[in-house]
Amino acid sequence: MAFLSNLVNGISLGSIYAIIALGYTMVYGIAKMLNFAHGDVIMVGAFIIFCGAQYWGLPPAVCILLAMLVCTVLGMTIEKLAYKPLRKAAGLAVLITAIGMSYLLQNTALLIWGANPKVFPGLFKLDTFRLFNGQLSIKPETLITILANIVIMVALTLFISRTKMGKAMRCVSEDRGAAELMGINVNRTISVTFAIGSALAAIAGWLLCSSYPQLMPTTGSMPGIKAFTAAVFGGIGSIPGAMLGGVLLGLIEIFGKAYISTELGDAIVFAVLIIVLLVRPTGLLGKPIREKV
Amino acid sequence: MKKLTALILALCLVLAASAALAEDLVLKIGHIGPQTGDAAVYGTATYRGAQIAADEISEADNGIKVIILNEDDSHDPEKSKNAYNSVMEQGAQMIVGTTTTGPCIEVGALAYEERVFMLTPSASSTQVTEGKDNVYQLCFTDPNQGSASAAVINERKLGTKIAVIYNNADAYSTGIYQTFIDKAKELGLEVVSTTTFTGETTDYSVQVAAAKDAGADLVFLPIYYTPASQILIAAKSIDYNPVFFGVDGMDGILTLEGFDTSLAEGVMLLTPFVADAKDERTQNFVAKYNELYKEVPNQFAADGYDCVYALVEAAKIAGVTSDAAAEDICDNLIAAMQQLKITGLTGTMTWSANGEVDKVPTAMVIKGGEYVGLDN
Repeated sequence: MAFLSNLVNGISLGSIYAIIALGYTMVYGIAKMLNFAHGDVIMVGAFIIFCGAQYWGLPPAVCILLAMLVCTVLGMTIEKLAYKPLRKAAGLAVLITAIGMSYLLQNTALLIWGANPKVFPGLFKLDTFRLFNGQLSIKPETLITILANIVIMVALTLFISRTKMGKAMRCVSEDRGAAELMGINVNRTISVTFAIGSALAAIAGWLLCSSYPQLMPTTGSMPGIKAFTAAVFGGIGSIPGAMLGGVLLGLIEIFGKAYISTELGDAIVFAVLIIVLLVRPTGLLGKPIREKV
Repeated sequence: MKKLTALILALCLVLAASAALAEDLVLKIGHIGPQTGDAAVYGTATYRGAQIAADEISEADNGIKVIILNEDDSHDPEKSKNAYNSVMEQGAQMIVGTTTTGPCIEVGALAYEERVFMLTPSASSTQVTEGKDNVYQLCFTDPNQGSASAAVINERKLGTKIAVIYNNADAYSTGIYQTFIDKAKELGLEVVSTTTFTGETTDYSVQVAAAKDAGADLVFLPIYYTPASQILIAAKSIDYNPVFFGVDGMDGILTLEGFDTSLAEGVMLLTPFVADAKDERTQNFVAKYNELYKEVPNQFAADGYDCVYALVEAAKIAGVTSDAAAEDICDNLIAAMQQLKITGLTGTMTWSANGEVDKVPTAMVIKGGEYVGLDN
């Protein structure tokens, strides 16, 4: 039974990583940049929901929609102000800017909401599922997260493969220069990518803080980095890969803590990142990159 | 004519007052602690507590006036040394401070060289007093809390199988854990599960499940209230209801924003001060503090308050005079502290030669969203 409940906990944590990793992988796949501020957009989304539910007394669904709206605007603004001017610059410059943006968001949140941690309210009061005479309990948040993952994954895949905007995204991803020559508005496409990624961040913020109800300005940073690890593990740029990588990473973390040592939990997670990068640099489901010589 | 009479009367009053002042013992006590920056809450509290004590003593009109010379150090060792120099220039005879551990270690070294007596309200590391005969602590040392917790658990038979969850990335938590384990071994307490986390941990399910699977009926949490709240939530979700036992870091859990305080029902903790205590002195202090600053004082404010009373008592024993220089009274104060026994807001205290306080920690339990004594 201990094994089963660890399995459930692992999937629960993993599905959170997966949903954050979706945002990472989506932006990387299309804009070809690592948006390290993603974890902090998640934190902002969670704070908006917290304020909506706790201070303004808004209904749960409105809170989530409001957070999605704020995060979308925030994501597009960040892209326009910080990343767009660097579109022609070296990849390293964009990466450093993203890290700077991450700290900017964290410290702004510190100014607005203070350093005191807050406990995130459960928006929907649902009962825990209990199986085997209550020996195994499954939190409803876990089920919602898994469901949200599947819905988002399918919707994103359909969007990218079926719509005109999706087609433009694939083109930009494949060859930005050629896409521009074919009359695709690259800036607008990347902007939309950020908008979608940031709206997903708001949902991820809600699910993260519902499962692990602790909210402070640094809430998004560690899950963000682990989700990035998950995205690389699954093959960055691949949407099913992000999901697979997330769930596997959650399982590795929980089983590592349960059966090896709680002290080594995080070490194991990042050791996995190193091993994957050594053995299979493109990740589990990543496309192999062919270098033309 | 009336004006002149009034003037003469006023003059007489001033003269009388200054005459009285001249006979009074005037003690100048420096206070150093962070009142800006991240740790501002602690230094502000110790200063306010100290100021309330100084006002009380001065107003009591029994021949002693206390002047607090306050400086902010922003929890920065360099600024703290400057603050120290500043209060010494203003004529401080002894020091309440510094509030936080890091600066206290550095300023303590300076005060040791210059022979200035220091009593810190809240710097709890053993490094603060180590090798300095003139630096004393009013708070428990970190290790003390661990052994005291084990002793209370053993004495009151609160649990037979004990699990410990601590933060292995934090000196405070690790320090308490070490002494707890040592004492538990000595007392023959059975520790069935020990797990750790760090400041960046998101998920506590494994730690809580390990305690549950090991059959622990008491979980010792030598940690701050934020992770403790997550552990209580995780325990609730798997229907695990052991006794949770915390230390002074647990103080604050009831005011954590958004936290369902019913989860903390029955949580026990060792803490030197609770604002809800029913004794008259605490109630007066809380009322006064609330009136002046519009908030409920925390443990740090009580520590600052007790520091001033302890120093004044020690100064009386040492025969300190108003114009005595700090370096001349230091050794007398050290001797006086050894004899001193004083009851303050944080308990009855005596001091050992190495500067550590000896006081009985109070075990509290959370009942109906309030702290009450374990015996009530």
